[in-house]
Amino acid sequence: MRNFVASLFLGIAIVFLVSSALLVHPFGEPPAPMDDYIIQNAQAETGANNVVAAVLFDYRGFDTLGEATILFTAVTGVVMLFRKKETAEK
Amino acid sequence: MSKIVRTVANQLILFIFIFGLYIIIHGHITPGGGFQGGAVIASGAALMIVAFGSSRIQKGIKEKHLSILESSGAVIFIGLAFAGLAAAGVFFFNTLIGSPVFGHTPPTGPNPGDIWTGGIIPLMNVAVGLKVFAGLSAIILVMALASSGEEVEE
Repeated sequence: MRNFVASLFLGIAIVFLVSSALLVHPFGEPPAPMDDYIIQNAQAETGANNVVAAVLFDYRGFDTLGEATILFTAVTGVVMLFRKKETAEK
Repeated sequence: MSKIVRTVANQLILFIFIFGLYIIIHGHITPGGGFQGGAVIASGAALMIVAFGSSRIQKGIKEKHLSILESSGAVIFIGLAFAGLAAAGVFFFNTLIGSPVFGHTPPTGPNPGDIWTGGIIPLMNVAVGLKVFAGLSAIILVMALASSGEEVEE
């Protein structure tokens, strides 16, 4: 039963992945309006010459916030794994 | 490690740190930014730990100090985001554009670049660089201490 459920979910995941790989729009084609907007206006709006930094820290700041949270969680987990062993007296 | 490794690490460490700081501070002008520069500085810290041994490093820098640095980087980052919310009502709003500090805007298209541009982007780069440097260094230090059988002093 567990094998059946696992293979069912695996099949659904494979169908989803293959269909999204077929549906993804080709690189740079057709140009999305957002790309042109960012390339044309990023320097004037954010003042940063590096448009990648402008997207990371200004247009999509939430994405960077999530990335920082992931790093924080990773550090917390590693330090918790390797912390000093407390003697089990209490 | 051997004397050769220690000598070379002694000479290289300053240049690695300076290069990482350059990548962080020029993150809004040239390719790079907080994450990349922080990773470069953390690689310098890894070189120090490998060359001199984790127990000797731990006499100067403890895991507690790195954790405080990382948390302060995160607090600065979120504080800058909330500054936008307080000033303009939009989370992550670039409040410093137009002000004398980092407030210049370059012309659209290729230009020589100016350090006083970018609004809050350079400040966020510094905060994220501090956070990534301290976080990765803490991971490396704690793992090196655990693999050498020493206890982590908190």
